[in-house]
Amino acid sequence: MSRRDLFPRRLDIAHGCIEMTHGGGGRAMAQLIEELFLTAFDNEWLRTQDDCAQFAIPASRLVMATDSHVVSPLFFPGGDIGCLSVHGTINDVAMAGARPLYLAASFILEEGFPLADLKRIVESMAQAARQAGVAIVTGDTKVVERGKGDGVFITTTGIGIVAAGVTISASRAQPGDAILLSGAIGEHGMAVLSQRENLSFDTPIQSDTAALHELVAAMVTAVPDIHCLRDPTRGGLATALNEIAQQAGVGMRLQEAAIPLREPVRALGEFLGLDPLYIANEGKLLAICPAAAADKLLAAMRDHPLGQEAAIIGQVVADDHHFVEMKTVFGGSRLVDWLSGEQLPRIC
Amino acid sequence: MKYLDEFRDGQLAQGLAAHIRQAVAPNRHYALMEFCGGHTHAICRYGIEDLLPDTIRLIHGPGCPVCVLPSGRLQAAIELVERERLILCSYGDLLRVPGAHGDTLLKAKARGADIRMVYSISDALEIARAHPERSVVFFAIGFETTTPPTAVVIRQAQQEGLRNFSVYCNHVLTPPALRALLAAGGEVDGFIGPAHVSTIIGSQPYEFVARDHQRPLVIAGFEPLDMLRAIAMLIRQINAGEAIVENEYTRAVSAAGNRKAQGLMEEMFRVRPTFEWRGLGWLPDSALAIRPEFAEWDAEQRFEMPPIQAADHKACACGEVLRGVKHPQDCTVFGTACTPEHPLGSCMVSAEGACAAYYHYGRFRQAAAS
Ligand code: SF4
Repeated sequence: MSRRDLFPRRLDIAHGCIEMTHGGGGRAMAQLIEELFLTAFDNEWLRTQDDCAQFAIPASRLVMATDSHVVSPLFFPGGDIGCLSVHGTINDVAMAGARPLYLAASFILEEGFPLADLKRIVESMAQAARQAGVAIVTGDTKVVERGKGDGVFITTTGIGIVAAGVTISASRAQPGDAILLSGAIGEHGMAVLSQRENLSFDTPIQSDTAALHELVAAMVTAVPDIHCLRDPTRGGLATALNEIAQQAGVGMRLQEAAIPLREPVRALGEFLGLDPLYIANEGKLLAICPAAAADKLLAAMRDHPLGQEAAIIGQVVADDHHFVEMKTVFGGSRLVDWLSGEQLPRIC
Repeated sequence: MKYLDEFRDGQLAQGLAAHIRQAVAPNRHYALMEFCGGHTHAICRYGIEDLLPDTIRLIHGPGCPVCVLPSGRLQAAIELVERERLILCSYGDLLRVPGAHGDTLLKAKARGADIRMVYSISDALEIARAHPERSVVFFAIGFETTTPPTAVVIRQAQQEGLRNFSVYCNHVLTPPALRALLAAGGEVDGFIGPAHVSTIIGSQPYEFVARDHQRPLVIAGFEPLDMLRAIAMLIRQINAGEAIVENEYTRAVSAAGNRKAQGLMEEMFRVRPTFEWRGLGWLPDSALAIRPEFAEWDAEQRFEMPPIQAADHKACACGEVLRGVKHPQDCTVFGTACTPEHPLGSCMVSAEGACAAYYHYGRFRQAAAS
């Protein structure tokens, strides 16, 4: 039977919406997968239309990571949930110093969600994956009733390989190490926040969403003995540093004046009473390495387009309390604590 | 961070700090109270205490709207949303404030109450428009800064004929709280006056502090340099034996304040004869209620909310902290039983609360000292 017989009418992408039948396992679902997902992600593994992807892996250590993506609004300045879901998982894999190879993508769609929006999201994912040189090799879709989802949720899982001799883990941070940051903080979170309908700010802030594996590759080549890498996503720089301090059983001392921050992010943060240290990034990384290698690593980062504004922002110290402390631009000291609850705009 | 703006300039700050160190008299101590939680937050956030000589002690005042809301008023909101099965819209911070027996709005939400976190009263109005079949109540708190927007939105609801929207009004007034602090005595030598509140009410309502209590008061912005300047101005007055109201925050505050905002408040609210404050007790003429003409938009009148008295946790020292007689770290449960994740008192909840500010920014000092 030809495809034309199976789906005599093409999906009405311009006007159509997700319906419960799109998740029912029948013809409507098959058509959605074929006309939307397979067309966009097209590759040899998907073409087999098996339930799983089969591939050979070079003899080496494997890295695997998964990440679920929920974001409101789905489209924001500088990106959308589609490219974000690809970058997010690639970055998680890359933070082990790995080269990401394959992704799996799983969609939870809400009944009534416009097909045109879904197409935009899927194409954005396909483009992000292609740019990163990573194939989306298997996937799944489910549909939930209207009101039980927020348009679309995407979970991606990634697999990558690590070169011999590279051991990157938060637990390796040690007193004396230097802390480096690849660029200005707070841009993703502020770009998304500025678009929430109840805030709607007119700002030039764009999400920094980007795949960091090539930057990581350049860094690992320059300094194979990087101790630790982390992308400071949800909870921002402060949370990532506290997590590392806890895992490695160390403290950190930061210089506020060294932390790159762009004026619009600072200004919006000031206005809303939000501290950019706690705002999400989607295209930045933290690196911890022996102090003697810090300048070399910094130079390698600055040589890459995604690390041009990289800076050494502080050092790891011995501290039984595992405190992250910061010398403020003002000359005082403060603790950079874990976030408690959600950061909320001030009301006073 | 890589910016140098006028109000955060580290070098200017060092210069001002040096000036203050020279200005303080060698044999005396200065106890200065910042009224506003916004100032408390800035002090801890920028480590301002590190720049001051030991002889200056900053005492943290009660100007944190979440902190001064008494347990009873909070409990009344929990009971309202559960009894009437309505939508209660609240600022996120309020969700964690303990009501009676440690109950919170967050726990009520988990039990099934429809409680929505909003960023402003306009969001609540929007929810009311979107759900004409449901009753929507906004949990209004705050000093004079957040009061005019409440008035504007009630007006709007009236004009639109939006009858499913009302406001649980807990707005309080700054001058009566200052009056209560001064009446209770205490050792405060001078006050750093509110920033945003003063843009609304002006500097004139603080005159009694200087006139009747012979204490200087300097209105200051929330930026760290504003605060250092205000501290320098207070030290000068104290050294000279003066007591006047000065305004450091001239870029935003005038003597008369914002007349239009005051007009809006006057039209919408009446002053309550008395109102309970956490830590300060019942203070005369210290809070606002919605006028009877707007009863339909007043949740208290509309749902006949009964007044509730609820005791605070017995270990909680929030009262003393809010009056400035105890430092957050003097509370026996600070950082142990009481943390931002599990607050026993309200001062540990909001970022403007003194306990939360010390916990988030200053814990390392305590650790270093012990
Ligand atoms: S530490 Fe907790 S209980 Fe003690 S005063 Fe502060 S908020 Fe109240």
